[in-house]
Amino acid sequence: MYVIEMRGITKEFPGIIANDDVTVQLKKGEIHALLGENGAGKSTLMSILFGLYKPEKGSIFKDGAEVVVNGPNDATKLGIGMVHQHFKLVHNFTVLENIVLGDETTHRGVLQMKAAREKVLALSKRYGLEIDVDKEVQDISVGMQQRVEILKMLYRENEILIFDEPTAVLTPQEIESLIQTMQGLAAEGRSILFITHKLDEIKQAANRCSVLRKGKMIGTVEVETTSKEALSEMMVGRKVSLSLDKKDANVGKEILHVKNLTIKGETGHKNKLTDVSFHVREGEIVCVAGIEGNGQTDLVYALTGLNGIESGQVSMMGQDITKAKIRQRGELGMAHIPEDRHKHGLVLDYTLAYNAILQRYYTPQFQRAGFLKQGEITHYADTLIERFDIRAGQGSETIARSMSGGNQQKVILAREIDRDPHLLIAVQPTRGLDVGAIEFIHSQLLKQRDAGKAVLLVSLELEEVMNISDRILVMYEGEIVANVDPKSVTYQELGLYMSGAKREVNV
Amino acid sequence: MKTIINKVKGSGAGLSILSSGIAVLAGLLIGLIILLITDHTQAFPAFQTIITVGFSSIRNFGELLYSATPIILTGLSVGFAMKTGLFNIGASGQFTFGAYVAVLIGVRAEFIPPSIRLIVSVLAAILVGALWGAIPGFLKAFRNVHEVISCIMTNWIGIFLVNFMILNTIFDETRNSTMRVPGDANMPGWGLGELFQGANARPSSVNSGIVVAIAVAIIIFIILGYTKFGYELKACGFNQNAAKYAGISEKRNVVLSMMISGGLAGLGGGLHFLSGAGITMNVTDTLSYEGFTGISVALLGMNNPIGIIFAGLLIAYLQQGGFQVQHFGFVPEIIEIVTAVIIYFCAFALLIKSFFSRVGRKRADVVAEVEQVKELPKIEEEGSDK
Repeated sequence: MYVIEMRGITKEFPGIIANDDVTVQLKKGEIHALLGENGAGKSTLMSILFGLYKPEKGSIFKDGAEVVVNGPNDATKLGIGMVHQHFKLVHNFTVLENIVLGDETTHRGVLQMKAAREKVLALSKRYGLEIDVDKEVQDISVGMQQRVEILKMLYRENEILIFDEPTAVLTPQEIESLIQTMQGLAAEGRSILFITHKLDEIKQAANRCSVLRKGKMIGTVEVETTSKEALSEMMVGRKVSLSLDKKDANVGKEILHVKNLTIKGETGHKNKLTDVSFHVREGEIVCVAGIEGNGQTDLVYALTGLNGIESGQVSMMGQDITKAKIRQRGELGMAHIPEDRHKHGLVLDYTLAYNAILQRYYTPQFQRAGFLKQGEITHYADTLIERFDIRAGQGSETIARSMSGGNQQKVILAREIDRDPHLLIAVQPTRGLDVGAIEFIHSQLLKQRDAGKAVLLVSLELEEVMNISDRILVMYEGEIVANVDPKSVTYQELGLYMSGAKREVNV
Repeated sequence: MKTIINKVKGSGAGLSILSSGIAVLAGLLIGLIILLITDHTQAFPAFQTIITVGFSSIRNFGELLYSATPIILTGLSVGFAMKTGLFNIGASGQFTFGAYVAVLIGVRAEFIPPSIRLIVSVLAAILVGALWGAIPGFLKAFRNVHEVISCIMTNWIGIFLVNFMILNTIFDETRNSTMRVPGDANMPGWGLGELFQGANARPSSVNSGIVVAIAVAIIIFIILGYTKFGYELKACGFNQNAAKYAGISEKRNVVLSMMISGGLAGLGGGLHFLSGAGITMNVTDTLSYEGFTGISVALLGMNNPIGIIFAGLLIAYLQQGGFQVQHFGFVPEIIEIVTAVIIYFCAFALLIKSFFSRVGRKRADVVAEVEQVKELPKIEEEGSDK
């Protein structure tokens, strides 16, 4: 008998089957990984379990008895709790208030927080989930926020715990302790569904693993006896090489030089950037690593000219560009793959062709006497489509909005690389993409580097950082705390830098 | 040619025309219901008049073209701003200002020969409209004041300022309005009035203004669709962040866009009161009708300059019907209700349209993702070549 069994679930959306006869069986006391690429149907499946979607076919069983889940409240009654990828916490409430929220004990309408506090403290001690109950959520670290989410489930005495991509925002150390916590909870008889696309973590934490691909359940395997390669092959549907084939870097002269860059925060807040100095040379990929929100975005905005700076100097190819306009920087040979492709990277209502010329529409290649050369633009877009294998329904006339995320990213990548830049700044270029697109983008970045360009990559994915970079800069709270060689640094060490526990003396 | 067809398909022009058409039918239907409620014996003849009046005689068609002229221009004003992401609700004020300056020059600048005076007054109308539009533009670009708020303010300031200036410059006490612009300083008729004349050889009020309005619509269409400047403006309108990322100065574009928009409304005001049809600017404390109708025209024309020409003609057509229903004992405001309902349904149609395209998009997204997974082996081969 299974604690939770979802049997034969089929869920269709117009034009696509998100879940096609999917069966998942969760045993009591196990950690069960749910593996799949973006768009494989993991979230749909979990939404069905929480009653957010109604499946066309299939049913859900709890302890062998069929149950009907019509909404999240039903799910809570069944003892199902979830830690969402993006935490659902009230920022100006304290940790304690957040944990109690929605399940408050009251006496004649007055909150009884004392009992709640004791219960929370006891839980926190018992499971080693260190928290600070009286701090407001906005002032605590991401790791602690996640512990608050876990305690929320434990406070409600949930038996079935779902973790949706829980490690995406954590340092290696935090990941380790999260996995220990999960294992402790499972040993107590709670059952855990662990949604992820990271194979290492599955090997480390899970007992069994179910793999989804394009809405279909490919199979459930024992993690112990299945290799990582086999898992990834199940996930992607073909053999995947897990390591990049990378030549040694052939470093040339300095392209970007940043000196004592400082950006003040809003009044009463810490500096966004403090005294940041570094350089990037021809033929190397320099990676800025760090946990989200430690100043990477501000750094990129300052380098690319989207925002101004307070003090410091940015120079490119020996020219001071501290105050240069965005377009001047572009003309000097700076290309930028922005963090948010919908916010900055694309005009979603423009066609692919119009997006392809976004940075160069004003050049003689694409306009004459103020009139756009439509034929030339279409032709140019077609060559990019061909060269970068961009898939779009109506070719160069496809509206960018209607393209898939991977292909949108390819348009940006193609546009920026084709400017033949001296410096390519790529910010989380693989976020939200599946394995195939990630491989493609990595190979393109390496191609740029091998062609003697300088590449500055900002990434939150440690694996990406370690695999692709020639040098790693770690950012913590707006400062660069380490400048290390990926060949001689370990994940653990990086984690210490990222969490501020350690810093290099001479950065 | 193929690209143009694709563009039409991509922009969902068919869907736009369809949804506008449905909105018009719904508006007329509700107009009929109101007519029936008011006086069911006269409702059908009155309704028939609304439907047919514009085409009932050649002269009526001329009148239709005449009254369409200003609202096509205010419609262009609103529609152009909308394309660039701004809601210019200030067309009324810009229209009034343009009109005043045009009339002022027409009446007072007697030292300039009439035909040149006409050109000067029209250009001045554009310029003043543009300057009046620039105020909300500057406030938006540099002080982040929402243009709707500042446009409402400039509308009222405009009305009272113009009233004050009329009283002090070109006021005709006997008629409580401005003096008349002498005939030869008005827009030339180009024989259009005689072309669209009535049975008793009475010419209609149509003049060269309508030709100017249509020409301007075509110019705006070309600017938006085919020029570098239009590319920049639309990029700002669709996604200001991406425009900034592309090195486009979004502040400059906001100001320019509001100026062009204001200039179009000002031109509308100038042409309307230089029509030679004998109308003059009254001193009232209501906002100009033409400015607000521009919003309806732009909405109905889906902000497309060519669509706006037809939307302007349609609204003018309905207005004429409104005048005519008075013969049947109805108030002309019925037509305002019909127009309002049409606008409501236009908004609904927009909602429905965006809903459908979102569903389509989601589908396309997922399908494309599946496609992407299919394409993977090809990349692998590429990788193994190395």
